[in-house]
Amino acid sequence: MIELSGVTKRYPGGHEALKDASLAIAEGEMVFLMGHSGAGKTTLLKLIAAIERPTRGSVVVRGQNVDRLRARAIPFLRRNLGLVFQDHKLLFDRNVFENVMLPLEIIGYDRREAARRVRAALDKVGLLEREKAMPITMSGGEQQRLCIARAVVHRPAILLADEPTGNLDPAYAAEIGELFRAFNQVGATVMIATHDVQLAERLAPRVVTVASGRVDASVAQP
Amino acid sequence: MIGWLRQQARALAAAGRKLLRAPFSTLFNVAVLGIALALPAGLYVALANLQTAARAAAPEPQLTVFMAVEAGRADVREIDTRLKKHAEVVHLRYVPREQALEEMTRVSGLTGLTEGLSGNPLPDAFVIDARDPSPAALERLRAELASWPKVALVQLDTAWAQRLDGLLRLARRALLLLATVLGFALVTVTFNTIRLQILTQREEIEVAALIGATAAFIRRPFLYHGALLGLLAGCLAWGVVAMATEVMSDAVADLGRLYGGTWRVVPLAPADAVSLLAFAAALGWLGAWLSVGRHLFEARLR
Repeated sequence: MIELSGVTKRYPGGHEALKDASLAIAEGEMVFLMGHSGAGKTTLLKLIAAIERPTRGSVVVRGQNVDRLRARAIPFLRRNLGLVFQDHKLLFDRNVFENVMLPLEIIGYDRREAARRVRAALDKVGLLEREKAMPITMSGGEQQRLCIARAVVHRPAILLADEPTGNLDPAYAAEIGELFRAFNQVGATVMIATHDVQLAERLAPRVVTVASGRVDASVAQP
Repeated sequence: MIGWLRQQARALAAAGRKLLRAPFSTLFNVAVLGIALALPAGLYVALANLQTAARAAAPEPQLTVFMAVEAGRADVREIDTRLKKHAEVVHLRYVPREQALEEMTRVSGLTGLTEGLSGNPLPDAFVIDARDPSPAALERLRAELASWPKVALVQLDTAWAQRLDGLLRLARRALLLLATVLGFALVTVTFNTIRLQILTQREEIEVAALIGATAAFIRRPFLYHGALLGLLAGCLAWGVVAMATEVMSDAVADLGRLYGGTWRVVPLAPADAVSLLAFAAALGWLGAWLSVGRHLFEARLR
């Protein structure tokens, strides 16, 4: 499903975020990328979503070589992905419903079908009653769940989440963990970058550690 | 196809909403662009009216052949027969020099002056209606007659009409220049408006690109925004010109009455108005297209 081989990412200025990283993830797996902040977890996710391009090595997602993808093809790669951002990236001038609608608008869904799917996604994350609310009025946990609803509304094959439980208290974090478990159970490949050990213990995923840009995929289950 | 149309309709609706959401700045923009368009459009209407008036006022062009003062009766008679045989001459009137002097004395009231003259300084003349009244044909005929013996001068009394024509041609050229410059202004203003739009919607653009929006999807609402701005400006310009012709029509009719004619202001023709709107919308689209090409790239690189 996802395969990185010999990937090095050097940012302008010389900082090497990833060094010769190799990693293979099968369809339907749940993988945790664990390590300290700045270890290269976010960079790894960005390479998979073609937000960044590798300096060396290759990134293959669903058989497509992402690092050689033409700019015009990138949007279509991203439609297979659900992205949960560390900073949410919600649109604060649109209400909850419209935020979740955005991916379907981009793909070009019929309005009625889109509305049905938006409500289903909001229902899954427990925000169905708040569809008219503006994101700015919501708590951090609610915003995180909204971001997840937007990431899954178009039923992507791969879900990528960057620190999804970052600033949440353990009860919220556990709730969100359950959401990811549910998506994984219906067949989505889930990849989460986190340093939340409790979450890892709870979901018992395959763990890949990232330390100073080096990826170690051989770690045993925690 | 249906999906594509749906995307277009949504982008158009989104652009319309954006215009309505900032009514003040929309109004301001449309006013600036509309006035910029109203200038050349108004000038165009004025010119079209002037041209019609000039054509209506111009009398049938005539040629006047002046004989040399020393020409005798025989010379005059010979020219008279040659003119009568000429294929291009439809109607011929002979004005003897005595009659010309008489007329001049009567019309100018210079009785004393002409009485003081020792002889008649005026030549014999023929006034000719030509078969082909086009300026080129008349000019050809004039040159031909001027080369005949004992003919001093052939005068084309369409000279003033030609001068007016030349003046109108100059005005048309100036109008074209003005339209070009103001069209350029329209493109520039939409360019800038769309640039600001892109800046305020940076986040939205970034998020949309991150979750799979194509460049065309992101570009579309901005292009419609520009086209709508242009279209609204075109409508305003049309309104301004229509109002101006309405206001002017009474004054023009009054002036016409003083000259003993019925003058009427002809407003912008519907076909011209439609091309004005299409032109304005196309320029707005162009400004937006240039702006999007330039700034979207920057916004996404951030």
